[in-house]
Amino acid sequence: MSAPILQRITIDPITRLEGHGKIEIFLDAAGEVANVYFQIPELRGFEVFCLGRPAEEMPRITNRICGVCPEAHHMAAAKALDMLFHADPPPAGKKLRELFYSAFYVTDHTTHFYALGGPDFVVGPDAPKAERNILGVVAKVGLEAGMKVINTRKYNHEVIKIIGGRAIHPVAALPGGMSKAINEEERQFIEKVARDNVEFALWSLEVFDQIVLKNSAYVDLILSDGYTQRVYYMGLVDANNHVNFYDGMVRVVGPDGAEFVKYAPHEYTEHIAEHVEPYSYLKYPYLRRIGWKGFVDGPDSGMYCATPLSRLNAADGMATPRAQEAYEKFYATLGGKPVHHTLATHWARLIELLYAAERMLELATDPEITSPNVRTIPTETPTWGVGTVEAPRGTLTHHYETDERGILTKVNLIVGTTNNFAPITLSIKKAAQAVIHNGVVNDGILNMVEMAFRSYDPCFSCATHSLPGQMPLEVIVRDADGNIVDRRTQNIAR
Amino acid sequence: MADQGKPKLALYWASSCGGCEIAVLAIHEKILDVAAAFDVVFWPCVMDFKVADVEAMPDGSIDVCLFNGAIRNDENAHMAHLLRRKSKVLVAYGSCAMEGCIPGLANFTDREHMMQFIYHDSPSTYNPEGIEPQTHTEVPEGVLTLPAFWNTVRTLDQIVPVDYYLPGCPPEAKWTEAAVNAILSGQLPPPGSVIGMDVTVCDECPRTRHEKKIKRFYRPYEIVPDPDTCLLEQGLFCAGIATRAGCGALCPQVNMGCRGCYGPNEGVVDGGAKLISALGSVLDANTPEEIDAILDTLPDPAGYFYRFGLARSLLQRTRLAQEDGHKVAVPFEEVPRLDPSLKD
Repeated sequence: MSAPILQRITIDPITRLEGHGKIEIFLDAAGEVANVYFQIPELRGFEVFCLGRPAEEMPRITNRICGVCPEAHHMAAAKALDMLFHADPPPAGKKLRELFYSAFYVTDHTTHFYALGGPDFVVGPDAPKAERNILGVVAKVGLEAGMKVINTRKYNHEVIKIIGGRAIHPVAALPGGMSKAINEEERQFIEKVARDNVEFALWSLEVFDQIVLKNSAYVDLILSDGYTQRVYYMGLVDANNHVNFYDGMVRVVGPDGAEFVKYAPHEYTEHIAEHVEPYSYLKYPYLRRIGWKGFVDGPDSGMYCATPLSRLNAADGMATPRAQEAYEKFYATLGGKPVHHTLATHWARLIELLYAAERMLELATDPEITSPNVRTIPTETPTWGVGTVEAPRGTLTHHYETDERGILTKVNLIVGTTNNFAPITLSIKKAAQAVIHNGVVNDGILNMVEMAFRSYDPCFSCATHSLPGQMPLEVIVRDADGNIVDRRTQNIAR
Repeated sequence: MADQGKPKLALYWASSCGGCEIAVLAIHEKILDVAAAFDVVFWPCVMDFKVADVEAMPDGSIDVCLFNGAIRNDENAHMAHLLRRKSKVLVAYGSCAMEGCIPGLANFTDREHMMQFIYHDSPSTYNPEGIEPQTHTEVPEGVLTLPAFWNTVRTLDQIVPVDYYLPGCPPEAKWTEAAVNAILSGQLPPPGSVIGMDVTVCDECPRTRHEKKIKRFYRPYEIVPDPDTCLLEQGLFCAGIATRAGCGALCPQVNMGCRGCYGPNEGVVDGGAKLISALGSVLDANTPEEIDAILDTLPDPAGYFYRFGLARSLLQRTRLAQEDGHKVAVPFEEVPRLDPSLKD
């Protein structure tokens, strides 16, 4: 018999805003955390209103799922179409897509580290809130460094526009390849951006080393129990089991680090299932063979993560030399594989940034990259297809089926952050349990929850992409009758 | 203007993808000019405020509000009413707020079909108990709530009066800058205006038109088009002939047809109807049969003609129901349940 509920704590990123997620924490009569609910109040229904549309339009339709990572949806859709139309792109077409995608990863990971997640570490978790933002980062690392960040974003967006046609909501991917090749002049520009990216990524790892790793208090925080959970990890890997963002097999390792399964993307329904709860529009993916066991970790729970940390855990290494060095240092420092500390995701993200930059440079200097042969014209009857890429926030899968004219009859999508819905809920619960005792709620809950949440870089809403690097939170404590007995805010009132 | 002498600016997102927020930031270093010139009083994506702060402001105290996203649940509508009441000038920023955009294609279906597939029939869903999300859920510890999801996607001006429109999915940075400059200089066009150009994408497109007519359409994957000739004349669907310019004809420059994200030109009531009539001028047909034969090569015409503009178009849905042995039309009843205290 559990104790009666004494208090209810509501955390709204911003009160009453739609699509931004809501956290409800219930305390029992002893003032300990009884339960935590994380709700997503958003539904848009792409799987249903895309039915009847010509399949080849999907790269241009599904990028509207997310204006922050439209490139990921554009690529997943294009890959699903390659399979559906039985049209394998020529080598230069694939390379061009991966080049585009690498530039996207550089800008996305850069934004997260410097503007969103990084300020917690670079400026410091105990720094005044007003300094824990991108401006605080610039103040700490210098204005010149701040310009490096701004320019990295700017130039990689230019690369995305050159290859994809537009910087936001690109259009150039088609079944069988890309609509336009690049010329030598464009290639030279992209190569220069890629070289700068490699330097930038190495410098970023150095910043992390100097500011975070050389500070034992930060390292202790990363290793602390409140930020540790033992789950399964998912990521795309190439033939050598190295991390790949654009293509490969989906590999899942267990909490012990051993391979649990490796499957081709089109087999996903055999391995992934989605659980429904009545209090959230978003579903909870889990490993079908293990089953949904609720919000618990461990080898008997089907809960899995798909994040930068997950991708490193699920792979045997990185495909580029400097990223591989960083990968080895990561595991040597944190006590071997797998790493279960969610805050280490920030470090993993920088290792991926370096890989993306190195891979971009490899592709930009590939003799084939300016080949005009970037498209295969489909000749067979369209059927069905599944396309999977690693979105920065998790394994992204598009599944389409059509009639013989290529008109969509079924669409199913498992979107990056969705993979992490259950583990994020668990992280919030662990954070709450770590700081709430005897009914005492202090500002620590705000910092803990926020940091636990942010390591995933969740894209439930772009509230978590707020530029100041702070997610505005409001905690309302109510008594059993719903009366507000306490209200604490962080970064909300002006 | 504002007390400190700076105009007060608010930015808000309703049902949207976040791309409009990125688009605002795409004005790059000029965003610092915006921060210097305006007193930004509400911008949930970028700065930290709560709705209660807005509710506490005197009516009309926000000089300009850029509002992106469509309206499809109670909270979106609540915020539209609130910001309308608090703002002197309300701008529908981007395609979702202006005409519903791609998510507005949901008006071809309904809530019931979405629930059925997403929570029951999807191949990855395992839901033996048949659970669906509820606006109120009793859990052991209390009651959890979700906002009600509407059957119909609405544009901003179907909910509250709008003063200006900034088209595009997303709007190009130069038009955001133009709007900001117009506000700062007080050189605003007449209320109801679209901020942008009133020619078509064809006028910005570097491809050459030869006034050639076509015998059929090709799907985009079927042919590799000539890089210099009009895509439509090569049989590739391109909405540029009836779409407002302003984007710089970006899509046609990478060999992809326009899909109409900037919406129709001035004075056009229904963008899809305008597009159909414009396309008629390029079909090489003399009889209704010949026209039908050509249009048969364009699958999903509704999805092409109304890709971005369905929610604000003249097309309205009805539901067919059986009554006394024959079908009758039953209209969708959707009365937005608004906070009565916020009604205009």
